[in-house]
Amino acid sequence: MDSAISETRTPLSASADNGLKIVVVGGFGAGKTTMVRSVSEIRPLNTEETMTQAGEAVDDLTGVRGKTATTVAFDFGRITLDAHNVLYLFGAPGQERFWFLWDRLFSGTLGAVVLVDTRRIDDSWYAIDRLEKHGTPFIVACNDFGGPAFTPEQVREALDLDPHVPLVSCDARSRESSKLVLITLVEHIRALYADPARAPRQELV
Amino acid sequence: MSRPGRDDAPDRLYTLTQGRSRSGPDNPFDLVTLVVAECDPVPGMQSEHVAILRLTERPTAVVEIAAELKLPVSITRILLSDLLAAGRVSARHPRKAAVPDPDILEQVLVGLRNL
Repeated sequence: MDSAISETRTPLSASADNGLKIVVVGGFGAGKTTMVRSVSEIRPLNTEETMTQAGEAVDDLTGVRGKTATTVAFDFGRITLDAHNVLYLFGAPGQERFWFLWDRLFSGTLGAVVLVDTRRIDDSWYAIDRLEKHGTPFIVACNDFGGPAFTPEQVREALDLDPHVPLVSCDARSRESSKLVLITLVEHIRALYADPARAPRQELV
Repeated sequence: MSRPGRDDAPDRLYTLTQGRSRSGPDNPFDLVTLVVAECDPVPGMQSEHVAILRLTERPTAVVEIAAELKLPVSITRILLSDLLAAGRVSARHPRKAAVPDPDILEQVLVGLRNL
C-alpha cells in the first residue's frame, strides 16, 4: 500500500492549516469530474460514504442485510491557494439520495456551482431547490456541449432562477474557464455576505 | 479505477473499528480537516493506523486519507479519532462559522486569480 500511495501523492505544505470546500453539483454527464480535473493540482480522487435508508451513516454494519445500505460515491480535487488555505473541490451527483448526506459531508461549504447541461436542464431543478432550502450560496454554470445555444433569459426561465443568482457559461475542459467559474462563485459569496439583508445563514452541524 | 471499498464486506469494516460503526456527531473530523502525524508507526500497530501515520507526515485532509485507504469516510473518521485520542496525530480543523470570514474570502479570491 505504501508504494502505491507515495508514487501518486503531491503533499501539501507543512504550514497548510485551513481546508475549504466548494461543491460542484450536476446531473450525470454534466461535466463535474471534468471541471474538478481541469483546476485540480492532484489527479481527482474518488471516495464514498455509506448510509442506510433512514439517512443515518453506517449505523449497523452487521445488520445491513435487513436494511438498504446506500453507498454514495463522489470525487474531489485540490487547489493550494496559499501557505495556509487549501481549497477542496467536490463533484457531487445531484440525485435525491445524495442530499441525505449533504450535511454530513458538506456542512460549512463556502458555496456551490450548479453545473448545467442545457440539453438536460431539468436534471438541475432538484439541486437548485435543495441549495436554496439549505441556504447554500450558489451560481449556475452552463457547460457548453456545442448543442443549440440558449439565451441566458431562456436558461433563467427554465430554471426559475432568482435574478440575484449569477449565471455563466463555461467550458469545463478549460482550466481558465473553470477558474473563472470559481472566481464568479466566490465574488458572489462575498457580495452576499457583505449585504446583511441578503446574507444567508447556513446551519452548522 | 475501481471505487474504494466497493467489494469490501461490511464485516471487514466492522473488524477494522473493533465493532464501532458510527462516527458520532461529536466526531470532530470534517472532510477537510487536515491531519498531521505526531509520531512514527510502531511495531504491532494496526495496519490502517500505520498507513495513516505514513500518509500524514505532511498535512493531509480526511477525505484524501479515506480515498487513499479506500475506506468509507465514516470508518476513516473512527480510525482518526482513535489516533487523535492516543496523541498520535493532530488535527487542523476548518474555521467554521455561520458567516465566512471576509478576510478568508479575499484570500480565496487572490489564490484563485493567481492560479
